[in-house]
Amino acid sequence: MSDESVISLRGVRAELGSRPVLRGIDLTVRRGQVVALLGANGSGKSTAVRTVIGQVPVSAGEIELFGTPRRRFRDWARVGYVPQRTTAAGGVPATVTEVVASGRLSRARFGVLRKADHEAVRRALDLVGMADRARDSVNALSGGQHQRVLIARALAAEPELLIMDEPMAGVDLASQEVLAATLRGQVAAGATVLLVLHELGPLEPLIDRAVVLREGCVLHDGPPPEAVGQHALPGHDHVHPHAPAGAEPIRTGLLS
Amino acid sequence: MEILNYAFMQRALLAAVLVGITAPAIGIYLVQRRQALMGDGIGHVAMTGVGLGFLLSWSPVWMATVVSVLGAVLMELIRWYGRTRGDIALAMLFYGGMAGGVMFINLSPGGSNANLTSYLFGSLSTVSESDVTAICLLAAFVVLVTVGLRRQLFAVSQDEEFARVTGLPVRALNLLTAVTAAVTVTVAMRVVGLLLVSALMVVPVAAAQQLTRSFAATFAISVALGVSVTIGGTVTSYYQDVPPGATIVLLTIGAFILLSVLAAPLARRRARALAAAQSTADPAECKIPATRGVADEVGV
Repeated sequence: MSDESVISLRGVRAELGSRPVLRGIDLTVRRGQVVALLGANGSGKSTAVRTVIGQVPVSAGEIELFGTPRRRFRDWARVGYVPQRTTAAGGVPATVTEVVASGRLSRARFGVLRKADHEAVRRALDLVGMADRARDSVNALSGGQHQRVLIARALAAEPELLIMDEPMAGVDLASQEVLAATLRGQVAAGATVLLVLHELGPLEPLIDRAVVLREGCVLHDGPPPEAVGQHALPGHDHVHPHAPAGAEPIRTGLLS
Repeated sequence: MEILNYAFMQRALLAAVLVGITAPAIGIYLVQRRQALMGDGIGHVAMTGVGLGFLLSWSPVWMATVVSVLGAVLMELIRWYGRTRGDIALAMLFYGGMAGGVMFINLSPGGSNANLTSYLFGSLSTVSESDVTAICLLAAFVVLVTVGLRRQLFAVSQDEEFARVTGLPVRALNLLTAVTAAVTVTVAMRVVGLLLVSALMVVPVAAAQQLTRSFAATFAISVALGVSVTIGGTVTSYYQDVPPGATIVLLTIGAFILLSVLAAPLARRRARALAAAQSTADPAECKIPATRGVADEVGV
């Protein structure tokens, strides 16, 4: 692990409509780190990731990728992105290979895929255990298999940095294990990873650092919170409905 | 083949084949982006171009090309910036385009809505020498874009957000798609007419999908289907004296129904094969162990 910063956000603010979603986020991910971005729904964790890839405009602050300001960053082959899974596939059938091959375009000049590119696509499919489904339509896949295809698409360009938005959401147990193993392999090979997660789950042992967001602010940045007691039992579902300390009690309107 | 002895039929068949190739070729990307009705919208806007062509005594085909390209670019801009009421803006563009066409035709010397009819519903037998030249040039552009940039257009149409992270110029490609669709509309205008253009962009793709699992095969089959129905419709209209545009569209819908019926057993067989492949890995029934194991102990 070196000190070179791969992702750097300084004082980043962003609005969706007129609602502020990020209120000055500082976040640095260094080479070789695996950082989990945690927080409740609406805390801004997905938006933070989407500012990094330029999908959400930033109203203030600076973002750097590999030490280059994001606006001037062109070396997208170094970044692999796995969007939050949408159930809607395209309106036209496409095979697993066709979808994964589109991830290789960042390395292909003028969109022409050479032999080496096709081999990289094949390797990416092997990594997620989907090589036997290469010629099937993506519409025929289960949620977990679909997620594996999206990860293979990100890996097809052989990126140094992986950005994943809720990769484990709605994924069956078998696919979760495949995904965790794939990620372990990437980390062992030196990849840097920024993950948006709802809970640490099966990826917990991989994670170096957890950054917790609340209402668009960084609440915690450090080692992942250790699960203790009953929470540490395997298979325990982390649900934390209680309000944070110091917050106003939730008024339901029933008693007040 | 006496039909080929007439110069007007040669021109008509050439125009029909070019439409059969180009309409599904760009249509497949519109269907993939779930903008199947975009062609219809551009068709409405193109009417203003036809009307302007008559008013200024310029070629209606080229005027329609210019106006529909501008309209398509405007629609794409509305899609970027008009987050809230984009649909209302599009509706105004469509109906404004149609009303503009009717208005300009009536203002032009000696013009009446009768002139417009041949553009609304197509008029293959009146395709002129210069129309054919325009159609050939425009069709060449459409083929160049839809085949040459197929991987980029596929990526952008499949997942815009991901395409941006692969460094593709997403906005430029979206604009190019819109412009190409507009050009295709004017290519097809003389053959099937502005009001029926969208059918040739969408229905062959929908019909091909009944059989295919890959994008490449869907592309090939929908273009083959497009060429078959445009030739079939043109020849039928010659012998039976029926309007070619309507004949072509009805033939396309017929092909869709036929392929859907034929594809049903194919889909069942594929589903069975898939189920068989998965059942070996993942038994469908629960196995109940004879004795209780440690994992069955429930702590309270």
